[in-house]
Amino acid sequence: MFLWIIQRDLLLAMRRRADVLTTLFFFIIVVSLFPLGVGPEMNMLRTMAPGVVWVAALLASMLSLGRMFSSDHADGTLEQMLLSPQSLSLLVLGKALAHWLVTGVPLVLMAPVLGIQYDLSTDALLVLTASLLLGTPVLSLIGAIGAALTLGLRGGGVLVSLLVLPLYIPVLIFGAGAVEASAAGLGAGAHMSLLGAFLLASLVLAPWTAAVSLRISME
Amino acid sequence: MAINWFKYSSPASFYSLAGKMIPFFSVAAAVLFVVGLYIGFFVAPTDFQQGEAYRIIFIHVPAAWLSMFLYVIMAMWSGIGLAFNTRLSSMVATAIAPTGAMFTFLALWTGALWGKPMWGTWWVWDARLTSELILLFLYIGFMSLQAAIDDPRRADKAGAMIALVGVVNVPIIYFSVKWWNTLHQGASVSLTQSPKMASTMLTGMLIMSLACWMYAIAVILIRTRAIILERERHTVWVGQLQEATQ
Amino acid sequence: MSTLQGNKLTCVRGDRKLFSDVNFSLETGGLMQVQGRNGSGKTSLLRMLCGLATPAHGDIRWDGVEIRSLGGSYHGAMTYLGHLSGVKDDLTAIENLRISSALAGVEIDERKAHEALQHMGLGGRELLPAKVLSQGQRRRVTLARLLVCQTVLWILDEPLTALDTTAVKLIQDLMERHLEHGGMIVMTTHQEIEITAVATQRLQLA
Repeated sequence: MFLWIIQRDLLLAMRRRADVLTTLFFFIIVVSLFPLGVGPEMNMLRTMAPGVVWVAALLASMLSLGRMFSSDHADGTLEQMLLSPQSLSLLVLGKALAHWLVTGVPLVLMAPVLGIQYDLSTDALLVLTASLLLGTPVLSLIGAIGAALTLGLRGGGVLVSLLVLPLYIPVLIFGAGAVEASAAGLGAGAHMSLLGAFLLASLVLAPWTAAVSLRISME
Repeated sequence: MAINWFKYSSPASFYSLAGKMIPFFSVAAAVLFVVGLYIGFFVAPTDFQQGEAYRIIFIHVPAAWLSMFLYVIMAMWSGIGLAFNTRLSSMVATAIAPTGAMFTFLALWTGALWGKPMWGTWWVWDARLTSELILLFLYIGFMSLQAAIDDPRRADKAGAMIALVGVVNVPIIYFSVKWWNTLHQGASVSLTQSPKMASTMLTGMLIMSLACWMYAIAVILIRTRAIILERERHTVWVGQLQEATQ
Repeated sequence: MSTLQGNKLTCVRGDRKLFSDVNFSLETGGLMQVQGRNGSGKTSLLRMLCGLATPAHGDIRWDGVEIRSLGGSYHGAMTYLGHLSGVKDDLTAIENLRISSALAGVEIDERKAHEALQHMGLGGRELLPAKVLSQGQRRRVTLARLLVCQTVLWILDEPLTALDTTAVKLIQDLMERHLEHGGMIVMTTHQEIEITAVATQRLQLA
């Protein structure tokens, strides 16, 4: 059941590859714009890199949130999901996971390449990738709540950013902080454990919250 | 029809009760503001380190307190509304949000005004100021979500969800920002080392906080009454109310 | 024996009261046709019956228990087909059917899905993406779910729209067979349809 949902969303994403690529290219373009805005001074870029990559990842992940439920809402599949004898929280978890596989994982894979643009050391690249790997699922899970609450509203896309971006702040702080800490020789262990804790907490709480929100929005 | 009457009775009775309470809280707020400001401007001594500029704390600190308290209270009423399906609690939550946002903004604004003479800049990325800014974002998110939803029942419930998610996240956000702040020591100036306060300063500040509370309660009651009227405009009792006042 | 009961149901949309004090009781083998002009709240009533919407007053009971408290077990006994088809443009007919059945808690293999689609007159079109199908054919894909999901209660909102006469006949037979085997149907339709059932009732919404 849970697997059916993931499989279906991945299948749909494969049939609409352009959407996936759009998010990825958005991420790449945003990251590449920063040096053009602040100048090509390598020392500055190196210190900016984690923050820039992370903020771009937040934006890219958020921009694709609209798609998580809206097409299912438009064609009636969401009604059927609400009427499923299976638990809705599990379904939402499946959808959030599929969202992460489709938008989060490409960002994680692309991050080291972009890090090279910013002249990050190999260690820093590793930590950056690892922090994104732990942090991006949290973005999809928290984002599911925002997407569920703004379902079918006018201006939903902008609204979802108002709701979700403040909640992303801890992930941003510790995600980017991990790279800085390791660069400063402090080790990224504490940051990584906290990111892991966020991931576990949102795995438990977010699907349920998003499921309740979906029921509210569909009434 | 008995059920109908019962359901509408609580906003109706609250409406008249609030009407009686508003003058009391308004007068209390006005008196306390006058007393508090008098102490703040004329009685409290000039601070030997900060000069006269410190006097802005008489509004800054109460505003910051209220901004946080009101968010928690808003989330509490939202939660009650969601759990027990009591419409009045959701209405109160909706009424609190603009006042809370106003105090948050006031705290940020006075913080900036205070910062300029103290640290020479309008804004520092201090943990408290940053958290306050994020709190403002949370208030704005709550209000824009409710404003975007036409159906009041869905607006109540969706707002309640985001308020509860927000209140769970506030400590995490505050903790993260604090951690972030200590990591970037160079850029920050600590607000925590407050000067030793003369007792008159403390009295003034407490009276000002009380005044802000009274003001907040009065405004929230007035706004709740307006929301009740809007939501219940088709009920019998509102119709009678208008006939009586005409 | 199963029963579906509605007691004093009231629906409020915004400021308007669509209907109030609607009562009915439906038993095994029973068919209930909900009638009323556009905007009288037919769809709202059906959405209430399947638990998507909550009535402003009144309650809905399945075997004497409030459906809200039944949750998943009620949904396992019920199939709702609404205005929206739930058919994905980018998936083939067979994928659509298999996934929607899985969502409803019934996992079917390729062969069974094939048979059901064939029965609905979609033989040879199973592997086409749904976007090239006509409205009527998409409707048939949706209705094919009734064949594979063994639920007792069918709640059907305008099941006959966009269907041609052969398909209408097909659905008619399908419903009659379902009622004979102890099923129950609640439906709305603007078309005249003759279905023989143990008990047929009409619910008129003002």
